[in-house]
Amino acid sequence: MAQRSRLHVPHPPARPGDKPDFRYVQISPAGAVPRPEITTPAREMERLAIEMVRVLDEQHTAVGPWHPHLEPEDLQVGLRHMLLNRVFDDRMQRMQRQGKISFYMKSTGEEAVSVAQAMALQPGDMFFPSYRNQGLQIVRGRNLVDLMCQCLSNTRDMCKGRQMPIMYHWGRGNIFSISGNLGTQFPQAVGWAMAAAHKGEDHIAASWIGEGASAEADFHHAMTFAEVYRAPVILNLVNNQWAISTFQGFAGGEHRSFAARALGYGMPGIRVDGNDFLAVHAVTQWAAERARKGGGPTLIELVTYRAAAHSTSDDPARYRPRDEWKSWPLGDPIERLREHLIALGEWSQERHAALEKELEAHVAACWKEAMSYGTLTDGPKLDPATMFDDVYAKIPPHLERQRAQLQAMGEARSSDGSGDREDLQRETRFAAKEG
Amino acid sequence: MNMVQALNSAMDIMLDRDPRVVIMGEDVGFFGGVFRCTDGLQRKYGEQRVLDTPVAEGGIVAAAIGMGVNGLKPVAEIQFADYIYPAFDQVVSELARLRYRTAGEFSSAVTIRSPCGGGIRGGQTHSQSPEGIFTHVCGIKVVMPSNPYDAKGLLISSIEDDDPVVFFEPKRIYNGPFDGDPNKPAVPWSSHPKGEVPDGYYTEPIGKAVVTRPGSDVTVLAYGTMVHVAEAAVRLAGVDAEIIDVRTLAPLDVDTLCTSVCKTGRCVVVHEATRFSGYGAELVATVQEECFWHLEAPIQRVTGWDTPYPHAFEWEYFPGPQRIAAALQAAMQGASVGEPR
Repeated sequence: MAQRSRLHVPHPPARPGDKPDFRYVQISPAGAVPRPEITTPAREMERLAIEMVRVLDEQHTAVGPWHPHLEPEDLQVGLRHMLLNRVFDDRMQRMQRQGKISFYMKSTGEEAVSVAQAMALQPGDMFFPSYRNQGLQIVRGRNLVDLMCQCLSNTRDMCKGRQMPIMYHWGRGNIFSISGNLGTQFPQAVGWAMAAAHKGEDHIAASWIGEGASAEADFHHAMTFAEVYRAPVILNLVNNQWAISTFQGFAGGEHRSFAARALGYGMPGIRVDGNDFLAVHAVTQWAAERARKGGGPTLIELVTYRAAAHSTSDDPARYRPRDEWKSWPLGDPIERLREHLIALGEWSQERHAALEKELEAHVAACWKEAMSYGTLTDGPKLDPATMFDDVYAKIPPHLERQRAQLQAMGEARSSDGSGDREDLQRETRFAAKEG
Repeated sequence: MNMVQALNSAMDIMLDRDPRVVIMGEDVGFFGGVFRCTDGLQRKYGEQRVLDTPVAEGGIVAAAIGMGVNGLKPVAEIQFADYIYPAFDQVVSELARLRYRTAGEFSSAVTIRSPCGGGIRGGQTHSQSPEGIFTHVCGIKVVMPSNPYDAKGLLISSIEDDDPVVFFEPKRIYNGPFDGDPNKPAVPWSSHPKGEVPDGYYTEPIGKAVVTRPGSDVTVLAYGTMVHVAEAAVRLAGVDAEIIDVRTLAPLDVDTLCTSVCKTGRCVVVHEATRFSGYGAELVATVQEECFWHLEAPIQRVTGWDTPYPHAFEWEYFPGPQRIAAALQAAMQGASVGEPR
């Protein structure tokens, strides 16, 4: 022990140029972690928060008590969704590089989180996503054109040009709006679940937060309210190791798993191999059943790796080894499910290649359609006057006036190219006194 | 009724009329609130509808937002306006903008009630008037009543409103009107006409200011406790002032305010909150824009000093009747500055 206090500044095990080192990731063998009954008290299953639930072993076989025994058709659907997620991400990233959209965030390497979890939940369950959960939209059947139009801020943009790309929402699909503030959705999901319980409904809520944003007070609020009121909610902490440039040690992950935080609140915490489709599906189903039967919330830590940059504005080669992804000990979720299906005799490399081609063509066709509704720079445009809608349920007088002012400027521009003609000066409503 | 009883009555009526209404906050349930505003409501409506919460304002507002998204109408109490800051992100970035950012697909009609203002020996953490911080945020409405009658009618309107409302309650006048002189005996609401509050349902509109004292010499724009202090100041100054209770700070009833100023040609803006970038600056700017050619004198502002609320010097801090009376006289004389800069 040192003689006096010094700031401990966490360091990731490898920086650019170093050999990737993931020895810090504690991994349990597939099938090794017991599966408790959903009625088990939280304090009797603390191991779940420390060890790692895994189903797929090194031979791509599903083993152990968490094996969800899904039909091969379901696994094929899951594989298709994950692959579509990745193909979609790749396309959108390229479109950002070509200047068609201003920004994008891929979920490469984390596809099993959203896809397996959404598939394990029911359509009436409400999702409060973070910004790397596009798989939730895909599982619920969202037309990709809608997502693309949002990224393009075009005439079919669900957000009417008010949000930067990827801040989707889908009322009919029970997917809440994504907030750029990070973490705010976590306690809101708890509130939604409290209302479901208040009304005696069967639906549950699920929310996602990154391990980085779990340092926000919103995480603590969510955990406290969820456990105090035993809200029917699944709180998912996606530990993808990196919050932009800070590794998970800066969120307090150096000495204890994030799942173990649940224990202090008195709720079950489950640490799961986030790249194991079957394990993710199984723990989600367990937590959902527990919540639906009045057992309250569960914190699930999904251990995964952010294989791509944080966003199109980020260059991870500046802060971590360029090829770190290749050394990630939990592999690639798509490859692992593909190999499992091949081992089951329910898939082949040829079918996989054909599927990939089909999905690429589908995404390309969607993109073509989306572009026909306009882009930030070309084609049909949203009316800027709509920016005054939806600030309030009904437009108040001061916004009516501002809108009229904007419209008058637009008319002036289109008539003579000037926006500040004298007759457009704003009139006051109380004319000058005479004399 | 006093203001506490009027607010209680508003919530009682709304709990009864609308099964979606849920009351939540610190100490609001079993105990009935530290100011007693929710007294008896949990006994009457049960603990599923009148909910004690953890001491976490950010969590209260966030949970209320989620409940609102799921079809409830939460009325959340923040025990003191001074405690609202942990919830600031949830109010500003989430509650206020949810409808906008989802193009109307999601919204959450939360009402946030919070006692504000000083004059109760609360020091800097139980006396603040942060209304200007919230009126600056588009997407929420901000209300502050000055009497029991308005408090009940405006709270019912706020709960019924489809937009989120931050409803500030000037706690110094919970039990009676206050003219700014702490040495005078307390006056109960029963002696004031606005203490006459019907038992049943009624509303007062959001977005409408009221003239509380008609006059012709000068217009005073005030709200909350300061409406009563302004009345005392007008008596002290001996001018025929028209006092307007702004009541709903956002959206602002520009017509009522400016019609009066255009009539009197003079204006004094009063609030208890600090001055710099305060809500009064918006009132002054609006009056200047709308009434410039009618003005006979510079517009005066009387506010709390730009310091935290000092415990021991409460009455030196509080913008009392003398300061307002001086501003009224300056306005009458056309003096350029009624308050030291």
